[in-house]
Amino acid sequence: MADISFLMLIFFLMVSTMDKEEGISRRLPVMPPPDMKVEDQKVNRRNIIQVKVNAQDRLFAGNEILDITQLKNKIKEFMTNPQNDPNLPDKEMIFIEGYGDCLVSKGVISLQNDRGTSYSKYIEVQNELIRAVNELRDEWSIANYGKRYSRLNEDQQNIVRKAVPQNISEAEPKDVTKRRR
Amino acid sequence: MSKFVDKGKKETPGISTASLPDIVFMILMFFMVSVSMRQTERKVMVSLPGASEVAKLERKDLTSYIYIGTPTLQYQDLYGTESQIQLNNAFRSIEDIRDFIASERESMSEADRPLMTVSIKADEDTRMGIITDVKQELRRCSALRIMYGARKVNAH
Repeated sequence: MADISFLMLIFFLMVSTMDKEEGISRRLPVMPPPDMKVEDQKVNRRNIIQVKVNAQDRLFAGNEILDITQLKNKIKEFMTNPQNDPNLPDKEMIFIEGYGDCLVSKGVISLQNDRGTSYSKYIEVQNELIRAVNELRDEWSIANYGKRYSRLNEDQQNIVRKAVPQNISEAEPKDVTKRRR
Repeated sequence: MSKFVDKGKKETPGISTASLPDIVFMILMFFMVSVSMRQTERKVMVSLPGASEVAKLERKDLTSYIYIGTPTLQYQDLYGTESQIQLNNAFRSIEDIRDFIASERESMSEADRPLMTVSIKADEDTRMGIITDVKQELRRCSALRIMYGARKVNAH
């Protein structure tokens, strides 16, 4: 009896997987119908930060070349705009149900990559962008509820998500690295 | 009159193995419940990139997988070493994604279809070109919920 059970146990150990399904969740934008002309959305220049990764995996964000370690603070500064700099995004008073009026940044992060960018670099950049937003959410939660975002209940998390939005847009693919012919 | 006389040498009794089958059965049951079966045979080599802000997949049964990477050694003489797309059990091209998504959608119940997620498991050395093509094709099929497979690493 024990032998047979052992045999089955070994069999299950061999054929099964234990790998956890984890990853970065994203929502792709809806494909515009083919007869519609691609119009640039009317986003004010100050409200958008362009993060570009070229084929050599170099990073370029908001008109300067950055190292990956600097990106998170750059994004945080962009999204909060602490000194109300006219070159950084506007803030808007929005009424959030269950909380009240709240100043919400209108900033949008636009991520562009080249066909030659490596996937690991792309994920690294995505990860830094999400990390910046997650840290801002944590800071907002601690300031308002005295707890980290992950410890809040579902309603409170919804409020935080509205107060600190995660506006990361993956632009239409285009050639970022200009090649000289 | 000696009722309590020592009768010869005392021996320590062996441990009873009667409960062994029960224990093994319990472990067996635990494994059967907790693991998922390997459904497809990997034909491409995938080592996932690391990320610190990973989220767990909520509904495994509503997920379709797209593997992208270089073919494993036994398929390299047939398919070369360029990055290939694997859907289900075979190498496919970008154009086949449409049929794949359609058939995956078909197998789900009406209520679950909007919750369908496509998990892209790509090797970290893949170039973004092929992934951009896959993403564009997914947008065309309006399979908009995607997940970039990554393994959890701690923030530096």
